[in-house]
Amino acid sequence: MTQIPVERKVLGENDRIAAALREEFRRRGIFCLNLISSPGAGKTLLLERTLEGFAPGRRVAVLTGDIQTDNDARRLARYGFPVQQITTAGACHLDARMVERHLANWDLGSIGLLLIENVGNLVCPTSYDLGEDAKVVILSVAEGDDKPLKYPGIFHRAELLVLSKIDLLPYVPFDIAAARDNARKVNPAIEIVEVSSTTGAGLDSWLAWLDRRAVH
Amino acid sequence: MTNRRRPRGPDVHELSIAQSVVEAVEKELENQPGALLRKIGLRIGELSGVDADSLRFSWECLTRETGFEGVALAIETRAWQRRCPPCELIFAVSDFQTVCPQCGTQETEHAGGNELDIAYLELETP
Repeated sequence: MTQIPVERKVLGENDRIAAALREEFRRRGIFCLNLISSPGAGKTLLLERTLEGFAPGRRVAVLTGDIQTDNDARRLARYGFPVQQITTAGACHLDARMVERHLANWDLGSIGLLLIENVGNLVCPTSYDLGEDAKVVILSVAEGDDKPLKYPGIFHRAELLVLSKIDLLPYVPFDIAAARDNARKVNPAIEIVEVSSTTGAGLDSWLAWLDRRAVH
Repeated sequence: MTNRRRPRGPDVHELSIAQSVVEAVEKELENQPGALLRKIGLRIGELSGVDADSLRFSWECLTRETGFEGVALAIETRAWQRRCPPCELIFAVSDFQTVCPQCGTQETEHAGGNELDIAYLELETP
C-alpha cells in the first residue's frame, strides 16, 4: 500500500470556472454579487425593490436560482431588466457552471451589475464560488438572532449582512443588537444594513453600500 | 472507475461534494495507471459548511455498485484558525473568540478553517 500526497481542492473544477468568470467580469467591468439566505428571508423582494428604484437605462441583469419553478424570474422580469431563472432540479445551491451556461445567453457587454440570487439555503451555497465580487447574506428578523453562530460559514464569507423584514420587529422576539454582535463574532469585518422591503425603510443604506462597493 | 452513476432526485449538499470528490480523484488516478484505490484522505475545515457524517453517508450511497465502492474516506477536520500579525501566533478559535490569546490584539486575520481538500490517496500498486 502506498500513500501519495495529492493537494487537490474537492471543488477545484468549480473554482476553475469561477476564476474564469471572475476574470471575464473584471475585464468587462461587471460587478457581481451572490445573494444568499435561508428560504423566505426576502431575497426576491429585496431585488424587486432594488430593480424598481433603478433608472430604466441601468445596465443590470439578474440570475435567480431555485430548485423548481420560474416564479421568481417572473416576479423580477416585471421591472424591464434582463432576468433568467436557473432551475437546479434538486441541487440546493448554484455552481459556477450553471452561471457560466446561463450567461452564454446574454451579451455581457451590456451588463454592468450582475445580481445572482442563490437557492434559499444558508449552508450549501457557501462552498461554491460563482466568480462574484462579494457574497451578501440576508437574515430576516423572523429567524433567530443566533443564526450567525449556527451557520458561521456563510457569515464568515459575506461582506455584507442585510437584516431584512425590520418592520416585523415589534411582533417577533428578535434581538437586533445580539444579531449584530453574533455576526461580528464570526466576521469582525462584516458590514451590516437593516432594511424592510415592505415599508422601504433602510433601502437607501443597502443601495449606498451597493454603489460604494461597485466602484472598488 | 468509469462505471459512475449520476445522483438522481432530491439532492443534498454533501451528495454534490461526494460527486466532486469522485471527479477530482478520477483526474488524479489518470496519473496512476493500474493502481487500486483503497482510501481517500480529505481535509475539511470547520467553516467549510460540509458535515463529515453526511459526507460519509453520501459517499456510501453514491459509490454503491460503482468502481469506487468500498473505498474508505479518511476525514481530518481542521479547526477555524486566526493569525495575529504582531506576535505571529496562529491559534484555533474556540467559542468565537477571534482576539489573540497572547497579546490581546483584536485585528487578527483568517488563517484556516475553509478547507475542502483531497490530501492524499492510498493505493495498491501492481
